[in-house]
Amino acid sequence: MFNTVFPYLLSGISVGGQYALIAIGYTMVYGILRLINFAHGDVFMVAGIIMVYMAASGVPLLVCIPLVLLLTSLIGFAIERIAYKPLRTAPRMSVMISAIGVSYTLQNLVLYITGGLNQIYPTIPFISGSVTIGPATTKVVTVVTPILTIVLVFALVQLINHTKVGMAMRAVSKDFETSQLMGININRVISTTFVIGSFLAGVGSMLYFTNYTTVIQTSGAMPGLKAFVAAVFGGIGSIPGAVVGAFIIGIAENIIKGLDIILFKAGLIAKPMGLATFSDAFTFALLIVILAVKPTGLFGEKTIDKV
Amino acid sequence: MAKKKWDSASVLSALVILCLYAAVFIAEQLIPPTSMLFTVLKKGATYALVAVSMNLLNGFTGIFSLGQAGFMLIGAYTYAIFTVPIAQRAIVYQYYNGGVVQFTLPVFAAMLLAGLVAALFALLIGLPVLRLKSDYLAIATLGFAEIIRTVFQWDKLGPVTNGSNMLRLFPTFNDFNLRNAQGEITVYLSTLVPLLISGVCIAVIVLLINSTFGRALRAIKDDEIAAEAMGIRLSSHKQMAFCVSSFFAGIGGAMLAMYQTTVQAKSFTTAMTYEILLIVVIGGIGSVTGSCLSSFLFVACSEWWLRFLDQKQVIGGFEVPLLRNGFRLVVFSIIIMIVVLFFRQGIMGTRELPDLFRKRRSPAKGGEGK
Amino acid sequence: MKKVLALALVLCLMIPAMVLGETVKIGVFEPASGDSGAGGKQEMLGMQYANKETPTVEIGGVTYDVELVYADNGSSTDKAPSAAQQLVSSGVSVVLGSYGSGVSIAGSQYFADAGIPAIGVSCTNPQVTAGNSHYFRICFLDPFQGTVLANYAFNTLGAKTAYCLAELGNDYDVGLVTYFKQAFEALGGTVVDEYFPTGTSDFTSYLTNAAMYSAEVFFSPVSIAYATQIVQQAASQGAAFPVLGGDTLDSNVVANAAKGTNVALTVTTFYQEGANEAFDSGFKAWLASDSEAMTNNGGNDMIAAVTVMGYDAYYTALEALKAAGSTDSKAVMAALPGVTLTGVSGAIAFDEVGDAIRNSAFVKKVNNETGDWEFVTEQTVE
Repeated sequence: MFNTVFPYLLSGISVGGQYALIAIGYTMVYGILRLINFAHGDVFMVAGIIMVYMAASGVPLLVCIPLVLLLTSLIGFAIERIAYKPLRTAPRMSVMISAIGVSYTLQNLVLYITGGLNQIYPTIPFISGSVTIGPATTKVVTVVTPILTIVLVFALVQLINHTKVGMAMRAVSKDFETSQLMGININRVISTTFVIGSFLAGVGSMLYFTNYTTVIQTSGAMPGLKAFVAAVFGGIGSIPGAVVGAFIIGIAENIIKGLDIILFKAGLIAKPMGLATFSDAFTFALLIVILAVKPTGLFGEKTIDKV
Repeated sequence: MAKKKWDSASVLSALVILCLYAAVFIAEQLIPPTSMLFTVLKKGATYALVAVSMNLLNGFTGIFSLGQAGFMLIGAYTYAIFTVPIAQRAIVYQYYNGGVVQFTLPVFAAMLLAGLVAALFALLIGLPVLRLKSDYLAIATLGFAEIIRTVFQWDKLGPVTNGSNMLRLFPTFNDFNLRNAQGEITVYLSTLVPLLISGVCIAVIVLLINSTFGRALRAIKDDEIAAEAMGIRLSSHKQMAFCVSSFFAGIGGAMLAMYQTTVQAKSFTTAMTYEILLIVVIGGIGSVTGSCLSSFLFVACSEWWLRFLDQKQVIGGFEVPLLRNGFRLVVFSIIIMIVVLFFRQGIMGTRELPDLFRKRRSPAKGGEGK
Repeated sequence: MKKVLALALVLCLMIPAMVLGETVKIGVFEPASGDSGAGGKQEMLGMQYANKETPTVEIGGVTYDVELVYADNGSSTDKAPSAAQQLVSSGVSVVLGSYGSGVSIAGSQYFADAGIPAIGVSCTNPQVTAGNSHYFRICFLDPFQGTVLANYAFNTLGAKTAYCLAELGNDYDVGLVTYFKQAFEALGGTVVDEYFPTGTSDFTSYLTNAAMYSAEVFFSPVSIAYATQIVQQAASQGAAFPVLGGDTLDSNVVANAAKGTNVALTVTTFYQEGANEAFDSGFKAWLASDSEAMTNNGGNDMIAAVTVMGYDAYYTALEALKAAGSTDSKAVMAALPGVTLTGVSGAIAFDEVGDAIRNSAFVKKVNNETGDWEFVTEQTVE
């Protein structure tokens, strides 16, 4: 039984780690601006495209990696300044629509630049090789991902809990207006949030695309959506929640893909049911169940609407 | 309040709409049917209906739903399943021995059924989802749309839905053309009829918006708690609005099926919902006229007017730079961003067609929408 | 007033037609973007090369310039209608395409309504031509291809269990898997088939599934974009089974993905490089002289079978125009069933459904060291 389930678990943990890195961006932005940043998944995709073009133009990979992370952070910063800042006083729906607009623009720009064809992601040494663990053979990156994710999350939590910027972030997410009155530079805090979120999405994109080597303009849509679901699942606004949610969704999704064979080997079904079709739908079903039972997610704080 | 007189602005609006229909009818008889104009009108009519149905939720009730594509899918499938001619079923359902549905419905009955099935699903989905607040509701409806899409693709439902494969060979808009005994087209109606269907549906929505029910919805949008205190039952009103919106989205889905001539679950993605949401926003959230206008503009720009941006253009021996496949969409998305950022009210704001004819802009809205 | 306006509109629409004069337009309904974009571009290369070689055609004693009108169907069935309408409204006499079956079916009705014939180039699903009189095709069909592949898997590879993976809602994939399954089970093998949603990039669990079912062959006739991922992920998982594919996998992009790995990749296809020296050398010279064409061919000058098919389709269209003696699309449609010619990929003639009369397919295998395709055998089915 363990031998049957293990390979799926392994894939799930790896995907979960990558979702987690994207989900943090969603959850942090939501925590502060109450905005579903629909463009976040596309920032993740753009990071992949930049890497492809930079590596193709002959920049050594070791230079590429920090440069891509820097550029991705800059893009996150720019998006916030151009598309969200002017709408700070507008209704929340306008900002959300602006986010959808940014997502649309980024996808179309990449479609234009790449001609709509799949781009092959460069091979990053060290993490692209194969490794055998127990009954499964996989890429090194699969093993590296969860470890790196945990390390980054740990660093992030330290940053939020023990630095001045972190304190400002916590204050802003608790009460936007009051913190402004307390002399916190709101715009700086928001920009920092976007930079951190995009940076992590950049790291996530390197891990993700090393695993699944092609990038196209729609590559960010599904991982983005799932990462967002993970963030909601874990309780949007909560970083540990997003990480736990991401791992649960990553694992669940891969188990569903193999559910036919797992049930078959356990003797529960006589022939395959085509359940793998539901791997994506299951993510959303999980989301709706959790929202119906606990509307604020696993680790979400209960908010009270003031009349 | 309850009784509304037909003022001159409303009469004028009705006249404008009539003239437009007449113009379409005449144009259709004169211009070759292959012209892009008719494509835009057909697709625009479809999108206008769906956009107005979405506006009913997002603009008039304040429910931020992102499930429109899911309801359109249900409508499109219902229509297609019940209208594929029996003789063609063996071809369409080639992997499922002709499928289990072995009868057909008349086109308009099937369209009505498409709306009803979508409304039924909305009723079921509404129970858990409508209790949620703003963003959570948006993401839950989006999730439902994705789940519906997967369920319709499931192999085991193949005898009904044809699995993930295309449904086709059902009656399309072109079957509205009148033919003589030799099969030659005598009167072209393939553009007028969809415009009429969409117009009638939108008129019904406008009547609904201007009824007591519609005013209750607006009260809910402005302040839920105050509305409840006034004696408006929140849950049943929201549920009703959700079902009505889905009903028309279902009919819109059936029209999309007729326009596209094929139906396949995989094309009803969240991107489609976003597209419709953008149409609503560009037209003005809370304006039926705006949704209609922006649907036609949106479709015309994306299918017709901006097409030249996708091809190399040489003007006087000079090759215009940047123009190649995909540039159209870049320009298009930049236009959208400009509208979203700088013209937040959209084309119409919350104004309607009759308001344009009134000299002094009165806050009261009403009259014939489209 | 309205009539004047309508008349003005009509005039506007007619002006371009008058200015262009003696030009015949051939519509190219191919994907230039999306999952099959790479394949669509290679197929278009064949047409462009043929157009370069023979840019004019004599119809009814008048020499016409041939103009290729492109419409990108984006490899997706929801973008296909607007691409088809674009071609219809630009007044093409005949349409070539498409690369995939799904988009061909999605665009089909628009061509039918406008009375424009279409020549399918490499869309192998029976649904493309079934039940209509305007769609023709020059390639073989999936029931045939599926049988060839099943025979190869069962007899040559000696597989008893096959794992099939297809994209949900892709008519080509789903159709070919179905025919493969029928043929393979008729031979006495067992088949497990699974489907992944559009946009999937993580195939590891599907590959694990195949291993768990102890499949001896992995059959995945998917689009190029997915095929490259599957091959690479199979390599990094150390998959033991050979990968088998249909005509879509015959691309230098996929072969390149298998280069330097130990994934045994075999495909069935329409053409093998070297079968027609004159074409091969001429095409390669053209690629060498045109850097954009070289990029569209995936960066090297390996000849894809679909390029040859695109080339043959262009000449089929010219023959049809000549036989029709007119650029009127209805005349072309009436002339098409009688068209015969000897193309680079073999003799072309249509049966009563509008399908090509073909009974052989090439089997190719990738050389993992060089990343080139190697000829294995030519298979026929009675």
